[in-house]
Amino acid sequence: MKTVKEKHALLMRWTHWVNFPVLAIMIWSGLLIYWANGVYTISIFGYTVFKFFPKEFYKYFDLGRHLAEGMAFHFFFMWFFAINGLLYILYTVFSGAWRELVPQKKSFREAWEVVLHDLHIRNTLPPQNKYNAAQRIAYTAIIIMGFGSLVTGLAIYKPVQFHWITSLCGGYHFARILHFALTIGYVLFFVIHIVQVVLAGWNNFRSVISGFEIVQVMSATNTPNIYPTPHSDAAGCDDEPENNPTEA
Amino acid sequence: MENQKSAEEIEEEKLDRKLNRRNFLSFATFAAVGAAAVGGWKWLYHADIEPRKITGFTREPLRDVLNKNETLFRKFFSHDHLVKTYPKSEAVKNVRINSLIGLEKEGFDADTWELNVQKSKDQILKLRLDDLKKLPKTEIVFDFKCVEGWDQIQHWGGVKFADFMAHYQLHNQAKMEYVGMKTPNSKYYIGMDMESALHPQTILAYEMNGRPLTIEHGAPLRLIVPVKYGIKNLKRIGTISFSNERPPDFWARLGYDYYSGL
Repeated sequence: MKTVKEKHALLMRWTHWVNFPVLAIMIWSGLLIYWANGVYTISIFGYTVFKFFPKEFYKYFDLGRHLAEGMAFHFFFMWFFAINGLLYILYTVFSGAWRELVPQKKSFREAWEVVLHDLHIRNTLPPQNKYNAAQRIAYTAIIIMGFGSLVTGLAIYKPVQFHWITSLCGGYHFARILHFALTIGYVLFFVIHIVQVVLAGWNNFRSVISGFEIVQVMSATNTPNIYPTPHSDAAGCDDEPENNPTEA
Repeated sequence: MENQKSAEEIEEEKLDRKLNRRNFLSFATFAAVGAAAVGGWKWLYHADIEPRKITGFTREPLRDVLNKNETLFRKFFSHDHLVKTYPKSEAVKNVRINSLIGLEKEGFDADTWELNVQKSKDQILKLRLDDLKKLPKTEIVFDFKCVEGWDQIQHWGGVKFADFMAHYQLHNQAKMEYVGMKTPNSKYYIGMDMESALHPQTILAYEMNGRPLTIEHGAPLRLIVPVKYGIKNLKRIGTISFSNERPPDFWARLGYDYYSGL
């Protein structure tokens, strides 16, 4: 029969969906700013492999000659980005939800198994709780990256008043490179995230709007298998309490 | 057995109704907030552009935010916060020339140039470069930052603006809120807050890399203000004035932040 598994808290859902358009506006306005000195390239042995960005890219998205406009938007929406991220972190810390988020010792080995599974190299998945090991690593990394964007952003926004932050980021010049690289990281994250969401299906997607997942429980005699997996040991992997003896 | 099954079915139907209701509320909220966000974005994106006066070319709500950011970040401003300095050997030899606005040939002769210091409405102090060179010389090697995003370690020398103000006893002027500067032909002009002007690293520069300024770099006298983006570092100063209202600013009138403080 069906049972309901509460998955995502209301605040997690709000901050997730607020972040989506805010980050999109930050990336867009950031590109308007970057255009004015778009000097970064990927070079191997002195040979330029890729230029950020090709002319056609700027032209297609109409990113040229809007530096002032880009700065005006960037220095407005930075507040939403910061406040939204802060809300999420405060909630995650104080609700105890961080336990389901931050990677554990075993996560790095398991994450590799998740990757192999997703690439159809391996048949079985390691235990899936609210977040699997790969998700723990990816979602924790994206939070750290967000924090990194704020810090490197402040380092290039007020490099004299907050000179110590600029120094921590390796100086003004390097902080701008970091700030840019983090943004490229978001775009890569986004692409993988979308693919995974599509593959995970409707039940999973809906849980980020409605908060719950519907779980089919096959038999009343077995331990309810909340996240069924093809893994042979999956019978014991209901996640409350988590079946990790080291965590108790 | 049959009885039990139907009980289970009833339970399931009850659950379905509950979930449908919850889904409906969640998705309706999602759609409504999403629509409001799109509406808010459209409002902002199509907001009125401010009239072009002291500042210009920016949507009014965004200009308000830029000004509020200024108010907030000015609280962190301190004359003790210094821009990082470097040894002279790290200064570039080829100093970038990014703009020649205000440096047009007409109406300028280096030999007859004078600095006009507008002490009040009808009091002008006229100075020659030699007058300024008599004052103590301050040199600085720092990372010059352009609003476009590039930066370059440059070496400048001249008179500290605070020394200049003290020497000519411009005490009353130093109590005012803003300093304005413009080129002799008035085509390039900047305004800046007094605290940035009096910052210990702000100088009226007449030397670059130990030699007199070249025309492209703002000869005979230019502003070097490390606590601001390059756009405030006016070349070829013709007039310096003081006021309690923001003086017009070339790039702020084209949509840039008036403060542009670092």
